[in-house]
Amino acid sequence: MTGVGKLGWVLAAVCFFLYAPIAIVIVMSFNASKIPFQWTGFSTKWYSELFANASVLEGLRNSLIVGVSTMILSVVLGVLLAIGITRHSTSSAVQALALAPAIIPDLALAIGLLALFSAISFPLGLTTVILSHTIFCMAFVAAIARGRILQIDPALEEAALDLGDTPRGVFFRVTVPSLMPAIIAGALLAFTLSFDEFVITFFTNGPSTPTLPIVIYSMVRFGVTPEINALASLVLLFSVAIVLISQRSVKLSQSI
Amino acid sequence: MSRTTISLSVLVGSTLFLGACATGGGSEPLDPNADLSAQNLVVSNWAGYYPEDLATAFEEAVGSSMTITNHATNEEIMAKLTAGGDSGIDIAFVSGQFAQALANQDLIYELDKSLIPNLANLAPEADNLSYDPGNKFSVPYAWGTTGICYRSDLMAGNEPTSWMDLLRPDDMYKGKVTALATERWLMLPAQKALGYSVNTQDEGEMNEVKDLLLEAKGNLLAYDDTTFYSRLVSGEAVMTVAWDGWCNYGTIENPDIKFVVPSEGSDLWVDTMVVLKSSKNKEAAHAFINFILEPTNHAWVAENILYKVPNQAAMDAVLPGLVGDFPNMGFTAAQLLGYEGLVDLGNAAALYTRLATEITSG
Amino acid sequence: MGYVIAFMVLPVAIIATYSFFQRGQYGGIVYSLTLDNFARALDSLYVGILGTSVALSSTVTLLALLIGFPTALAITKLQPQHQNIALVLVILPFWTNFLIRTYAWIVLLSSEGLLNQGLLGLGIISDPLALLYTPGAVVMGLLYAYLPLMVLPIYAALSRIDPSLREAAIDLGASRFTALRQVVFPLAIPGTLVGCVFVFVPSVGNFIVPELLGGGKTVMVGNLIRDQFLKARDWPFGSVLAIAMVVMLVLLFALQARITKRVLGQG
Repeated sequence: MTGVGKLGWVLAAVCFFLYAPIAIVIVMSFNASKIPFQWTGFSTKWYSELFANASVLEGLRNSLIVGVSTMILSVVLGVLLAIGITRHSTSSAVQALALAPAIIPDLALAIGLLALFSAISFPLGLTTVILSHTIFCMAFVAAIARGRILQIDPALEEAALDLGDTPRGVFFRVTVPSLMPAIIAGALLAFTLSFDEFVITFFTNGPSTPTLPIVIYSMVRFGVTPEINALASLVLLFSVAIVLISQRSVKLSQSI
Repeated sequence: MSRTTISLSVLVGSTLFLGACATGGGSEPLDPNADLSAQNLVVSNWAGYYPEDLATAFEEAVGSSMTITNHATNEEIMAKLTAGGDSGIDIAFVSGQFAQALANQDLIYELDKSLIPNLANLAPEADNLSYDPGNKFSVPYAWGTTGICYRSDLMAGNEPTSWMDLLRPDDMYKGKVTALATERWLMLPAQKALGYSVNTQDEGEMNEVKDLLLEAKGNLLAYDDTTFYSRLVSGEAVMTVAWDGWCNYGTIENPDIKFVVPSEGSDLWVDTMVVLKSSKNKEAAHAFINFILEPTNHAWVAENILYKVPNQAAMDAVLPGLVGDFPNMGFTAAQLLGYEGLVDLGNAAALYTRLATEITSG
Repeated sequence: MGYVIAFMVLPVAIIATYSFFQRGQYGGIVYSLTLDNFARALDSLYVGILGTSVALSSTVTLLALLIGFPTALAITKLQPQHQNIALVLVILPFWTNFLIRTYAWIVLLSSEGLLNQGLLGLGIISDPLALLYTPGAVVMGLLYAYLPLMVLPIYAALSRIDPSLREAAIDLGASRFTALRQVVFPLAIPGTLVGCVFVFVPSVGNFIVPELLGGGKTVMVGNLIRDQFLKARDWPFGSVLAIAMVVMLVLLFALQARITKRVLGQG
């Protein structure tokens, strides 16, 4: 088992590669110095400045609005889509099309949506961002839900129908509960994707409603400041928390 | 094939233009007694280019509510304004040559000067700007020039005086130079170094410009429009192409950071305010421009952004305190008009875009 | 379903339509048909930029493969409960904000940054190295961003391989390495290809990393497309470039599917 030793080092090195930059940003966020790269002492002042920064707070608010709306829309539509393509459509073209937004480059999707909104003169703003995020988040939800649907025994639903339940009742009493792990995982995934999404937002957002990633982008473009380090640390913490929660909840619901 | 498409597009273009003239040429008269408190202005400005309390101050003074949105570049706001449809923006801050393009495209409103009495505060020179003589469509907000911002301590004895000092730097400065990436200013150092106009449309001249810039690229640290002054502060760069006002941000942190307009000359850039034709709040928009032109309000730009404003009364108020620390603030209006005003390139814009791509990707 | 069609098919249709129109003088669209945009895309300038993008993205993909494969292999050797933890560790950064992960590399690589200061402090170098604003920094940023996308599918493929196969090979006298090469590698090819596609596709269309870590000196096709839409305001030409990019990626998918089929067919 000497192989494990060598490969263990590989794993450690990769984890170092993946986490060192993030760790440095977090450490630097507690740096008292205004010059980003020189350590002069521990301080939490960048965090307090951050909470006084109006554009950051506005970005956060907009990102939460978009994230929650996208989550709800893409779960509903994504699950229906998954049922549609697995149960009612055998055409592989339709299946590929439905899942395409998850695979095609975000830039291509972004300019396509921008072109669409401008062709129908739909004013750009949070609505267009939510619609656009839903497109690709829905595809991810559908992909997850589809995996789960394939595992569900259709006999369950047939049995419920035979026992006299209505199709609608079967949907809510049998199909949805059995899809619950996929729904929870999909919802959290959709929220995380939407919350961190930049490229599509960059193209489909109006000027007056910047989301947090847009705010971060302009901050980074205008220079490295300790404030960005603080913001970066908080956003990282938030994203990691959601991912861990989703891991746990999926495991929990699967065990039930 | 191409000839037909050209004539077709000319035809389509001209009918559109005529149609637009027929409806908008006369400009429906504005109501000087309009209820401004019923109007809600949307203003798009560069981030950080206005006081944070501008919206509330304007609401208190005039009564209209106001939303300020930000754009990062002229191109970004131009894309929004020319995308077709109602952008929802009433007033946009754009550079002069872009105001000219918007006027040519019939997207901005010919100002009703009777609603902007504070225009009288502008310096007389500010009425004669090449992109919009007489300020018919636009009102200048800030103006300045482009030069070299450098570390006088790190370059002692070798201070730059020519654009060539930056384009062909001494060995010890190689890799410590930044240039602006925005097309017109990307070209400017080489255009001036070679003795050409900043508005040249000559392909031969522009090809020489491109070759010189490609050569210069090898010695660049980066193209940088936004953070060059902090690179000077940190010492990452010693020499940067810079707008005069931005250089001052470095000077604040390190007095050894100096600004020079190279001997070959430079440009006169003007950032302006324009009222969109699609605006439904034109009276409030005019009131906003008038509000900005109040000497105390306009002086904010000079005091905080460290850009010169074409407002005589405002400059008179702030100058004595600033000019000692920031020599560029003392440039007179006449001196600025001695530099070459940037104007819209029309069809030659495509040439600039292409050459800019060749340079940055080369 | 209608929603999908509205928001998937319409944008594609509009982009496809735009590609045949012309740019107005001030960035509008002139609705007269032309093929000029396609001809322009074949210009050596733009083909060159596409080439640069493919070359950089291929480098990123290759590096990701060289690092990702051993990583995935290492994870499969862990005990099952540890495998899950290791996987989460590898994927976790991927679920954090992309801009921030890119920003972290500015902090690391700049001449005043940690890497240079560290090397200077240790006396290894006497002048800061030009690390940031180079094509190398762009490759590094993309590799950092997308490495988890390589590890995941390879792990999935490897973990499905029946360990008894490898043991059987070793029992039959094959060395560990031969067993790896002749049994494990072929079976992992489909997952590996998926990983390569997953890394290559987002790399090629990326415009943030070249901008932030390339200092504007490296132009990739993503920057070009972004600039046509937001800067030069030449939507028709931008549409052609986007179509070219998507077509290239679709061909890549097709190639991957074909190779996978062939490999599985043999197996």
